[in-house]
Amino acid sequence: MLARALYNLLQVAVVIGFAPLAEGVTTRLKEIIQSRRGPSIFQPYRDLWKLLHKDEAVSDYCTWVFRVAPFVAFATPVFVTLLIPVLTRYPLEFAFMGDMLGAGFVLALGGFFTTLAAVDTGNPYGPMGASRTRMVGFLAEPVFIVVFLTISFVAGSTIPYIVQTRWITPLANFFEPSHVLLMIAFLMLILAEDGRIPVDSPSGQFELAMIDRSKGLEYSGRGAALIKWAGAMKFFVLMIVFLNVVVIPWGLAPVGTGGVQVLLAIPRVLLKIFLSILVLVYIESSLAKLRLFRITEFLGAAFIIAVVAMITRISEI
Amino acid sequence: MQSGGFALIFALDALTGALFLLTAFGVVGTRQVLASLQLFILQSLLLAASAILLGIALDSPHLLAVAAITLATKTFLIPWLLRRTVSVEVYRTREIERVLNVPTSLLVAAVLVVVAYVVASPMVGAVALPFTRINLPLGLAAIFLGAFTVVVRREAVPQLLGLLAVENGVFFAGIAIVSLPVIAELAAAVDVPVVALVVGLLTRSIHQRLGTTAVGRLAALREP
Repeated sequence: MLARALYNLLQVAVVIGFAPLAEGVTTRLKEIIQSRRGPSIFQPYRDLWKLLHKDEAVSDYCTWVFRVAPFVAFATPVFVTLLIPVLTRYPLEFAFMGDMLGAGFVLALGGFFTTLAAVDTGNPYGPMGASRTRMVGFLAEPVFIVVFLTISFVAGSTIPYIVQTRWITPLANFFEPSHVLLMIAFLMLILAEDGRIPVDSPSGQFELAMIDRSKGLEYSGRGAALIKWAGAMKFFVLMIVFLNVVVIPWGLAPVGTGGVQVLLAIPRVLLKIFLSILVLVYIESSLAKLRLFRITEFLGAAFIIAVVAMITRISEI
Repeated sequence: MQSGGFALIFALDALTGALFLLTAFGVVGTRQVLASLQLFILQSLLLAASAILLGIALDSPHLLAVAAITLATKTFLIPWLLRRTVSVEVYRTREIERVLNVPTSLLVAAVLVVVAYVVASPMVGAVALPFTRINLPLGLAAIFLGAFTVVVRREAVPQLLGLLAVENGVFFAGIAIVSLPVIAELAAAVDVPVVALVVGLLTRSIHQRLGTTAVGRLAALREP
């Protein structure tokens, strides 16, 4: 009982602690592919440290929403981490507080508040980026719903801990068409939801073309640090959900074990994330950013893939 | 064959079928001529993979022959013929003219897949073979999507690829229902490349005369 709660908190610590590292590794790998050296993989930690020690400047015209938004954005991935399997194959203390839809809603709450905060300022780029994010969000929503519906239909549950074991018992389940198609659709969703290349360029500095990043432009000091950290954590949490729930639960602490196994699961999960970052970096380096109105087609394709997964599942293939 | 291996082959065939359907969607949806040709090659590869899987599971050398013929004609001969006959400019086209825009045509295609499943479900019960449950509805869906490609595209080469996708769909459904005699498959293997050659040559001359292959516009031509 107590141990399970402790492991649950350990999961949160892992996500908070290693999320900036994942971001640093991604940046470094991308720079290496472009034949540059790139910043150290620990640069995000230094940035956070620097920002946390700076003064914060807030516009006089802002309301409380602008001040609250970074805290909400920071808290939501932490709450989601309580619900999802990060290190263990068996459910932990808070696993049954909410299911995958609940986790989706909590993540959406953070996005909602950052959008409101972007509209709250007088900066013209904020509302522009916010409305674009909403557009991408509206298009991604049906895909999310179909993907989660199909996943829970296949596994007979919406609790991520129960879903993950379905894919490997027996192993032939892994090759089910619905499973493979769901993996593809979910990967496309992560690219769209996290504002990565074909949908948005995360390293772009040109405000007019920004989608996701322009929402945080007005923040400085502590607020900027929290927003940045929250973005890294959201990416980390989405990758964890993708790897541990949607793809395969290998490398996690097996049922009935604790202590050392849970600690050993940390490097294994980090290795899994590193491998998937390699794939993401490959995707990002080989594609160009889509024009804004082509995003419809990208997410339309994801929707079609998810629907095909559902059809093949319902017709009992 | 023991049941565990059979279950794995069954799952792998289902996976091949799902990817086969995805490539059919790709042929409907892509904007580039070259990409739709590559998707067609991929689709033929998946058809051959399914034939090999069925050949192993049902212990049938016929199906392995079908796979070999498919590989030879559809992944090598037909793409080579199309590359030779139709000029490079056509393949450089990045924006294919189409009747409906991409999201709309993908949605229509999804509806067609549902229709294929509804139409196939009574037939699946009639055939006792286990793989019919996978191959028949998916093959039927590929037939519908290929026909839809012909309708929705206005360029000659993508339309031809739609026709060839229909052919792929027929075989994908066919290998699971009846054991085709190899002579039928051989006849198709000669027939289909000839069709591809004729259409390719026709496209070439249209392109030489008009400078475009947007055959959808040809309906408006008049005598001078």
